[in-house]
Amino acid sequence: MNAVLPVSWAPVLPVLVPLVGALLVFLVGRGQARAVALGSAAATVVTVAMVLMDVALRGVRRTPLGDWGTPLGIELRLDGLGAVLLATAAVVGGFSTIAAAADPPRRAAPEGFWSAWFLLWSALNALFVTGDVFNLYVTLELMTLAAVALVAANGPAARPAAFNYLLWALAGSLAYLLGVGLLYAQQGTVDIGLLASRGRDEPVLRAAAVLMTLGLALKAALVPMHRWLPAAHAAAPPAVSGMLSALVVMAPFAALLRLWTSVFAALPRAQVGVLFAVCGAVAVLWGSYRAIQQARLKLLIAYSTVAQVGYLFVGFAIPGAERAAVYLAVSHAAAKAALFLAAGTVARALGHDRIAEFGVISERFPITLFTMGVAGVSLMGLPPSGGFIGKWLLLEAALSAGAWWLVATILAGGLLAGGYVYRVLAACFQDAPDDVVTHPVSRTAELAALALALVALALSFTAPWPLQLLAEGGLS
Amino acid sequence: MTAAALYAGLGVLLALLGGLGVALRREAVARVLAMNVMGSGVFLVLIALARRSTAGPDPVPQAMVLTGIVVAVSATAVALHLAAPPDDGDDA
Repeated sequence: MNAVLPVSWAPVLPVLVPLVGALLVFLVGRGQARAVALGSAAATVVTVAMVLMDVALRGVRRTPLGDWGTPLGIELRLDGLGAVLLATAAVVGGFSTIAAAADPPRRAAPEGFWSAWFLLWSALNALFVTGDVFNLYVTLELMTLAAVALVAANGPAARPAAFNYLLWALAGSLAYLLGVGLLYAQQGTVDIGLLASRGRDEPVLRAAAVLMTLGLALKAALVPMHRWLPAAHAAAPPAVSGMLSALVVMAPFAALLRLWTSVFAALPRAQVGVLFAVCGAVAVLWGSYRAIQQARLKLLIAYSTVAQVGYLFVGFAIPGAERAAVYLAVSHAAAKAALFLAAGTVARALGHDRIAEFGVISERFPITLFTMGVAGVSLMGLPPSGGFIGKWLLLEAALSAGAWWLVATILAGGLLAGGYVYRVLAACFQDAPDDVVTHPVSRTAELAALALALVALALSFTAPWPLQLLAEGGLS
Repeated sequence: MTAAALYAGLGVLLALLGGLGVALRREAVARVLAMNVMGSGVFLVLIALARRSTAGPDPVPQAMVLTGIVVAVSATAVALHLAAPPDDGDDA
């Protein structure tokens, strides 16, 4: 299956450019770190755009690294799913970099922060284009370590959350690695294409599927393995939280999709589907309910991520809803990153993120308030927004599958999301005493957040093209 | 039971114990140690799988284990730094 795909070195570039950026920013040192960081982000976005145009014009690309072919060589494969995810990472990463550069906390070692930032970006891109399950493990680990470093960059108070995140993520990776070992032992290869063609419904394949699915679901924070997420995403610096909720949590889900549509395609999806549907439904309801209860904005947003991840797994479980799940993931990435960036602005302005005391926001920070509203529209799944399109497709698929309880769950989830979005917005419109002290915030950071929220809206109009790409990539 | 199967079984047991340790223990260093035990368990299974045929050991799972060890060592270093009490003048 692989040998007939044309070879191109394009898939390597989205991995290489941010990696070089990470090295450059570290070498340049604290003086020019921000400038190099912005330059690297721009270079990465341009590279991804060029590579995507290449894929759109000429189809799926593969790169045998080092010119060593399968079954032992590692191949990169850039297909429809990879292209959509690369684009998502480019947009979210680009705007988040602008926001992080414009509104920096007093960092002691900016070159360390930016290095980890671009390592994370490189690892994400590598995960989206890898064609090898063991290479996927490496990219997962690189992503985890960079993400943990970024969480800890918020200062010593963030360390316990970062520590817990690291340990759970590593446990998940080790489970995944065990599955990879089993796959190799049985099939003699770890290349995704070869594994897909050789896969049969056997006990070893099932065991590998269980292990790898468990590991990836833990890293995607599917209920009940979500306990590490709220603390970690709330403790991180705002731009980092955005990247974490938008991309780092979505990447393992994308890996799961890729694995189940190729390597594990021979296995019946019914049992894992039911499990995912149940866990996803619980995540949607429980996560949204917990979000409504939170007193702090960043924790509210983090629980919202738990709920939205539930939607993704519900989409995985319903036949024919895979593209809907990916579209929902993409919209969520834009909206959630926007929301976290806006929350960062609020925290900077007020010095805290206690929702009850947000009354002054509506008077003094209208742009940020608008951003939160727009992002909330996408999270609730109201038109016009990418979230609406994703949920609509999800509901369509659930109705055709006759899964009435899932339809009810999705609708209830939307209502509950409305609950927590309303809580935040209503708090911002309260009367506030005139003597509340607010600090100045960066207009650039506010606008970057707004841009991401508008992207989430714009995704309601751009649905056909990515969905077509995903269908060509083999998703239903 | 062949030697390879025995080691594979031991590896699975170690991995399970390590996993339970990460989940259930409270002290930070104990959790890091448990994570290392889990890693050792998984690596042991991979090494045992390298011996599954009589034609001699298969180097590919051994290469995987080497990669895994590198990752585990780096991750342990990061974890211990995060678990250590913060000193003054220490940036994250």
